[in-house]
Amino acid sequence: MSEATLRVALVGNPNCGKTALFNQLTGSRQKVANYAGVTVERKEGRVYTPAGRIIQLLDLPGAYSFDAASPDEEITRDICHGRYPGEAAPDLLVCVADATNLRLHLRFVLEVQRLGRPMVVALNMMDAARKRGVRIDIDELQRRLGVPVIETVAVRRNGAADLVAKLDSHELPPAPPALPADADLHIAVREILLATVSMPSRTGRIDDALDRIVLHPVAGLAILAVLMFLIFQAVFSWATPLTDGIDAGITALGTLVTQSMPEGVLKSLLVNGVFVGLGTVLVFLPLILILFFFILVLEESGYLPRAAFLLDRMMYGVGLTGRAFIPLLSSFACAIPGIMATRSIQDPRDRLTTILVAPLMTCSARLPVYALLIAAFIPRETVWGLFNLQGIVLFALYFAGIISALIVAAVMKYVRRDKSEHTLLMELPSYRLPNPRDVAIGLKDRAMIFLKRVGGIIFTLIVLLWVLSSFPGAPEGATLPPIDYSLAGMIGHFLQPLFAPIGFGWQICVALIPGLAAREVAVSALGTVYAMSGPTDTVSLQLGHVIAQQWSLATALSLLAWYVFAPQCLSTLAIIRRETGSWKIVAVAAGYLFALAYAASFITFRIAGALT
Amino acid sequence: MRLTELPKHVAATVTAVEELVAADPITRRLRDLGFVAGELVEIVAYGPVQRDPLLVQIGYTRFALRRTEAARVSVAQEPA
Repeated sequence: MSEATLRVALVGNPNCGKTALFNQLTGSRQKVANYAGVTVERKEGRVYTPAGRIIQLLDLPGAYSFDAASPDEEITRDICHGRYPGEAAPDLLVCVADATNLRLHLRFVLEVQRLGRPMVVALNMMDAARKRGVRIDIDELQRRLGVPVIETVAVRRNGAADLVAKLDSHELPPAPPALPADADLHIAVREILLATVSMPSRTGRIDDALDRIVLHPVAGLAILAVLMFLIFQAVFSWATPLTDGIDAGITALGTLVTQSMPEGVLKSLLVNGVFVGLGTVLVFLPLILILFFFILVLEESGYLPRAAFLLDRMMYGVGLTGRAFIPLLSSFACAIPGIMATRSIQDPRDRLTTILVAPLMTCSARLPVYALLIAAFIPRETVWGLFNLQGIVLFALYFAGIISALIVAAVMKYVRRDKSEHTLLMELPSYRLPNPRDVAIGLKDRAMIFLKRVGGIIFTLIVLLWVLSSFPGAPEGATLPPIDYSLAGMIGHFLQPLFAPIGFGWQICVALIPGLAAREVAVSALGTVYAMSGPTDTVSLQLGHVIAQQWSLATALSLLAWYVFAPQCLSTLAIIRRETGSWKIVAVAAGYLFALAYAASFITFRIAGALT
Repeated sequence: MRLTELPKHVAATVTAVEELVAADPITRRLRDLGFVAGELVEIVAYGPVQRDPLLVQIGYTRFALRRTEAARVSVAQEPA
């Protein structure tokens, strides 16, 4: 690190526009990682000032107080105090405050000032404050705080130019005179506000008007339902062609690359290991990007906490929080983005519960399996003169997932040792138009986190699965499909006694192993076991006929019940590992899902067996 | 009266914030968020089920508080 590098940290209340300011200052020169040992995001970037100075800028998690109430706030407190292991204390703190919300934000400014470290106050959202007619006497504010105060508009081009100029001046501002340790900060804030700020109305009129509709008990819920419906429509109508396109593209690329290669192990490794692994990782990207596009827009606009407000009572009843709604809803598309979205849940206990029940939401990858089994075994009948029996079964499967999620969450609430009250205490910030740059940077971060941290694990496991399914090869004159002779086949056969009580034949057991890659792979794996080849659609059609003849209804229902819980999605386990940083939680998740799947299949198989 | 008993859109002043358990972290947080004696508050919305949570306007900020959280705050109605 050169002499000229200045280490600056941005600190401030949640919703003060700190991250927008960070994005404005650093542009794309930022790095997202985690603080060692915890899952709090560490965002750092570089600023090159006009005078040629390099600034290392750290975006600390938002905090209401140094009396920390969440892991995020603990990190902010410890770094500001200069006692976080492995992080040097910043040379300068830039304390960001929303000019339209000074009553709340100034208290934290005073708490930072009390540290007695060199600091600057960035009075952000000055444009919104002026529009509302808020007048601030900056000079008097500077005098009273004893630190430089600089106006910024983080969402406007060059809106932070004055701040950069200040950082460029080679002198650090002197450490501010701290208030006495026992001073009441609220009283101090009131005095400062009285002397420096004139504020015509307490909130923006737009906020009042919008909240009257958006939070209305009937209209608000209707708006939420319509929004969610539209998002889901968009996810499925936009993501499916992209996913199919990526899948086809990777397959074509694999064929192209290996075209001139002789048949053999290396070619198989490339086609069925490397390219399938690459495909498995990349097909998640459209889902993640599209879902997070909506989530980020909702978050930036201020709507997300409102949705949480509307749903909190219902979610709290079962040991969750209103904040868990969006992650769980996203999990109906795919648990990967759903679990990534749990970062907006403050209470670590609520977050963990949400992560653990997210895989119970029926993700889109289970549909091919449901479709295959329902088409093969459930007659296309009309019941009660109105409903389609196949439709009822599909609905029951989705419903079973939701109900079991509620039960699991309630059980977790019951067995948890820490019974202290979970808090909501959630700020509903002013509505804002989402800034395209902030949404774009947020999307890039999500994609990189997924590709770097999770993609590697998924890719490795897929290649490992290829090894299991390919070695050893079939002997000369083999009559069964090659997978039967492989390690995967042996494991499948070995596991068969374990699965016999729930009605799974060895074919299913063998298919479940490559099905670890992704739930829908089980369909093509069953096709492989029954020695079929060709496009998935054809396989699935032929397979339907074969299994309809070979399996009992009880076995089919048992497999359906298995898939409601279906612990065997490696990508989900990989993202749980990434988001919790703990293999133990991965084991707990896999273990309880497996136990539930086994129990549900067992009961289904026995009851169906007795009835048929 | 407690904040939970305050009618909607009626201005009131916080009189006290009580601890329900010893060293109540929720009470400390409420105070940090500005729920201290003398502040003006108003309930601006309720959640759709059992009127829980409450949306409370304090100063320039709106906070959603569950009923159990809001019950820690005592208020006095402002003379109209």
